[in-house]
Amino acid sequence: MSIVMPVIIGAGPAGVRAAQALVAQGLRPVILDEGLRPGGQIYRQPPPGFKRSKSVLYGFEHRKAKAVHDTMQELLSQVDYRPGSLVWNAEGKTLDVLRDGVSTAVPYTHLILATGATDRVLPFPGWLTPGVYTLGGSQVALKFQGCAIGSSVVFMGTGPLLYLVAYQYAKAGAKVAAVLDTSRFGDRLAALPGMLRAPGLLAKGLYYMGWLRAHGVPLHSGVRPVAVHGGDRVTGLSYRQDGQTRTVDCDAVAYGLALRSETQLASLLGCQFEFNTRDRNWTPLRDAAGRSSVPGIYVAGDGAAIAGADAAELSGERAALALLEDTAAHYDAQRAQVLEARLAANSRVRDALERAFPFPVDWAESIADDTVICRCEEVTAGTLRHAARDTGAQEMNRLKALTRVGMGRCQGRMCGTAAAEVLAHAVGRKPADVGRLRNQPPVKPIPVRVVCLERPEKVST
Amino acid sequence: MTQRIETEVAIIGGGIVGASAALFLRRQGVPVVLLEAALCGAKASGVNYGGVRRQGRGLEQMPLTQRAHELWGQLPELIGIDGEYVRSGHLKLAFSDADMALLEAYRDRTRGFGMNLELLDRRALSQRFGWLGQNVAGGSFCPEDGHANPRLVSPAFGRAASALGADVREGVRVTSAEHDGSRFIVRAGDELEVRSRYLLNCAGAWAGRYAESFGEAVPETAIHPLMMVTEPLPVFMHVSLGVQGGGIYARQVARGNCVIGGGRGVSSGPDLARPGRANVGALMANATQLLPVLQGAQVIRFWTGVEGNMPDHNPVLGPSAKVPGLFHAFGLSGAGFQIGPAVGEVLSELVVRGQSSIPIDAFRIERYTDAAHGAVARPESVREQTLESP
Ligand SMILES: Cc1cc2nc3c(=O)[nH]c(=O)nc-3n(C[C@H](O)[C@H](O)[C@H](O)COP(=O)(O)OP(=O)(O)OC[C@H]3O[C@@H](n4cnc5c(N)ncnc54)[C@H](O)[C@@H]3O)c2cc1C
Ligand SMILES: Cc1cc2nc3c(=O)[nH]c(=O)nc-3n(C[C@H](O)[C@H](O)[C@H](O)COP(=O)(O)OP(=O)(O)OC[C@H]3O[C@@H](n4cnc5c(N)ncnc54)[C@H](O)[C@@H]3O)c2cc1C
Repeated sequence: MSIVMPVIIGAGPAGVRAAQALVAQGLRPVILDEGLRPGGQIYRQPPPGFKRSKSVLYGFEHRKAKAVHDTMQELLSQVDYRPGSLVWNAEGKTLDVLRDGVSTAVPYTHLILATGATDRVLPFPGWLTPGVYTLGGSQVALKFQGCAIGSSVVFMGTGPLLYLVAYQYAKAGAKVAAVLDTSRFGDRLAALPGMLRAPGLLAKGLYYMGWLRAHGVPLHSGVRPVAVHGGDRVTGLSYRQDGQTRTVDCDAVAYGLALRSETQLASLLGCQFEFNTRDRNWTPLRDAAGRSSVPGIYVAGDGAAIAGADAAELSGERAALALLEDTAAHYDAQRAQVLEARLAANSRVRDALERAFPFPVDWAESIADDTVICRCEEVTAGTLRHAARDTGAQEMNRLKALTRVGMGRCQGRMCGTAAAEVLAHAVGRKPADVGRLRNQPPVKPIPVRVVCLERPEKVST
Repeated sequence: MTQRIETEVAIIGGGIVGASAALFLRRQGVPVVLLEAALCGAKASGVNYGGVRRQGRGLEQMPLTQRAHELWGQLPELIGIDGEYVRSGHLKLAFSDADMALLEAYRDRTRGFGMNLELLDRRALSQRFGWLGQNVAGGSFCPEDGHANPRLVSPAFGRAASALGADVREGVRVTSAEHDGSRFIVRAGDELEVRSRYLLNCAGAWAGRYAESFGEAVPETAIHPLMMVTEPLPVFMHVSLGVQGGGIYARQVARGNCVIGGGRGVSSGPDLARPGRANVGALMANATQLLPVLQGAQVIRFWTGVEGNMPDHNPVLGPSAKVPGLFHAFGLSGAGFQIGPAVGEVLSELVVRGQSSIPIDAFRIERYTDAAHGAVARPESVREQTLESP
């Protein structure tokens, strides 16, 4: 049997469970993670020295968080874990990995991409005012640094995370000025039968809402953002509800409309993509086990499609089993079936969640011409619309070429989805029909002075 | 069902060459159908470095590049936008006395072509361009060369042609082109059949296959110049930089990003290329050496493109040696953005008047098709310039 040199990118729940399954069969995967400590997004650990307990940090999830952290701790001697490592390029069977200013080539025979997700950013007037954060970002501040983004915070957007983070902020002592949900109460009612499949999740959600209400936090549904007020700093937020415009005072806004999969590496590696209607985004094509269209490359967790932390653990393990199967190593076929069944059940819950907290499909038409969509390049919605009208641009890469949208530091990772929504609306197409931005290295900006070591290092197996 | 169109001129390829040919033909009222597999200006013409320079070109390209220089000066009238074209000056650096001597010789030989090359020694350089690295020996400055934004310019040629009535069809891939004795028949699968009196082969890196299908096999290859761009930086450099002998080139756009090229990407299929891990490290290292200010900057993107290349780095431009009415314009060898508009104009002249007002003999396809008979004549060249040093 030829040597198997597996590499896992991402040490979140998906990556950790994948590593565990590989180690169980005697493999020694390399784990590359940009973060400094394992846990990924949801189970992100504060820097050493921070004293808040896991139950305070992760709430109901603290046992799961502990389990993931402990698993990684136990694995440390059996894996080649490299924190603080940014995979900035991928080509053929080699990754370029930047760590401490030096880039090394890391070869692999099999690769599990467990790269997670970032917030889906959908701008609205005033979103660039200091004090406006993405919902996930506001949570990172709390989890990682123990800081709140403000002392009086409005949470706006939709999705289960909205109520969770608001709750976490309130528990941590911040004033939650309001929770403004873009979905309607009726949406959640309609999704109720589906949500009953996941009573635990439902109960938690209801608990957060109930707790917030009981502590005097105003919760509003069916809202649309109008504008953030303030110059140097947020002073308030106005929104529309039932045809009325209301304003709420606050010094910070956390805004979030679900997540967007981090798929650059899959794209650089030539994986085929499909339009995932539930995520309203392009995600790598994969089979039920997580095999991508490229042999030897597997996708798991939120980087494959948004499915949440529990599913990330399941899909990470499932992808590892697929890897084992494909390398003719022993793998537990029965376990694989169990995992697939659980993932399928989870997927049905996801469907219900999407119904409960739907994407505001009127976002693109409602956004004013002067709202900045791409903040790196300061490209407004109006510029995008005019380019579509005046040049006949119908496709994202052409729009990018003509307007610079997505040409800045984030290379479209942040503004890409919003720009696609604006373009699709402007040309009367579906978001699926305007294509996706071509990805090129680096995945994130890297210093020009980076030293690239020429010779691929040897991977210990 | 196949759609059939009759026209005067059919063009394969909507790069800067094909699209400007369409534009100049329409200016003279000639019916044109342009077929572009992707989008106009989506290939080499839209992704290149953006160098608009005459300096460094071989003597045989001088008349063409001069005419192009005039056309670039009329860009807004031609295509309706300024395309971020600036006559910033083009500074070609020498890192040794030997290279400096070559720059001097080049200046002497190209006198009379209006480039007004100005030789600068080390001291003059550091006075005028203090941001340059220390190890420069000297340079040659061409004040009216410059740069433009290819992403904007090249698609605009297609739109301008279309606005003047050219039938520009994007997303239409030509699958065969032949001549039935009286007309050209150009097909795009079963969808479309264009019949025309003239055919312009402007298919860039893919043009060699059409030449070959008309019995004129040429050694066109594909190259993939490697590019990178930094985050926006405070503006420090207005000129476009090249280096004698090639290797690296750099400019800064109004927004502040530095665009830097050098080395090669890799092919990833017949139609695509990617930056490739092999050369990005070298490019970064060379960049910080050339421009020490980049030490603290970040790269936000690498990219490349697919460009047709000829062994002598000159295009194939002119009538087919085999089929009357067929004109070739391809293989611009990494330096066709600047001359593109003039090449398009030449093609329109060949169609309308049967001859070009600019000497293009050096670019005849016969220099390759006759090669088997030992007749290949390499024009006397001053090609210190390589395609890698716009
Ligand atoms: C900011 C944020 C907060 C969230 N909070 C919650 C929450 O409270 N509750 C909840 O249920 N869900 C939350 N989610 C969703 C949750 O992150 C996921 O469901 C879960 O973490 C997915 O696990 P994963 O293993 O797929 O990815 P992640 O946990 O996101 O882990 C991915 C890891 O890959 C690394 N990585 C990505 N790209 C590279 C690269 N190129 N090079 C090196 N490393 C790379 C990342 O740094 C990260 O450590 C949050 C998401 C985000 C973005
Ligand atoms: C990265 C890079 C940097 C460069 N830098 C510079 C520079 O700084 N300065 C400079 O002067 N030059 C530069 N060049 C060269 C310059 O870009 C090219 O010489 C020029 O764009 C060629 O134009 P073209 O129209 O011949 O080719 P292209 O722009 O490639 O156009 C050919 C078109 O034909 C189409 N086509 C092909 N096959 C078919 C088919 N079967 N049916 C229909 N359509 C078809 C293609 O889709 C394509 O759009 C650079 C090139 C690259 C790639």
